[in-house]
Amino acid sequence: MSDSEQRETDRQELPGKPAGKEFQKEFEMSFGSNIEFLDLVQEISESITRMAGFDDEASHWICLSVRESVANAIQHGNQQDEGKKVGVRFRIDRRRLLITVSDQGCGFDESSLPDPLDSGNLLKPSGRGVFFVHTFMDDVTYHNLPQGGFEVTMEKRLKHTT
Amino acid sequence: MSIDTRNVHGVTILDIQGRITIGEESALIRNTIRGLVKSGQKNLLMNLADVRTVDSTGIGELVSSYSHVADQGGALKLLHLTKRTRELLAITKLLTVFDTFEDESQAVASFA
Repeated sequence: MSDSEQRETDRQELPGKPAGKEFQKEFEMSFGSNIEFLDLVQEISESITRMAGFDDEASHWICLSVRESVANAIQHGNQQDEGKKVGVRFRIDRRRLLITVSDQGCGFDESSLPDPLDSGNLLKPSGRGVFFVHTFMDDVTYHNLPQGGFEVTMEKRLKHTT
Repeated sequence: MSIDTRNVHGVTILDIQGRITIGEESALIRNTIRGLVKSGQKNLLMNLADVRTVDSTGIGELVSSYSHVADQGGALKLLHLTKRTRELLAITKLLTVFDTFEDESQAVASFA
């Protein structure tokens, strides 16, 4: 059975899971594109990673990944237009934490991003945020939304599942 | 976030407390470094022992400061990296760029 098939089976077998619900706990928030909200997002992320069962070290890197994704959504996705919303959704089950960050921008082509590890880019002051997210999360996907906008979904699996 | 500066044998040591992240914190680093260089203090040692969080903008600010100081004929080095800051510099290959130290005396002597 593949890892994804196993996770799908696990989700179906969650004890105490309400019928028709894929995740045990979900939390969602939406806010205007102001960088000042980053600290609030950070505090909520810390609480949720602890609730999910991650240790301090894993929690730190997950929260950093959320900060980077939200900062990208505010700055690059929504161009700091406070009238445009950023959404953050946390979903927890017994084996993993799934985080989705969405914005109302046009998105980007990940393959077009310069490699921050290329020797010619080492001294560039920007371009490391997406790299950090990929480094510290287990699975990361970017996609355009059918209704417009863009979102990143990040998954971190609890250690006992690996 | 706060930055205290002290001079040891011609080297300006910046004791940084807090975090180096997007927003006011990165701006404070930038303005402080540029102010020191402008006043002629170009041998700079950043003590990061009490920096608990660095994000990609903070890493970018360290890189930008490093380049600015070097362009002005000086040197910016790092002291007392935390495990997490060291990990970020390692995965970004920036440990190959920055001179880093665990001992302040050795760090100061390296500017001679």
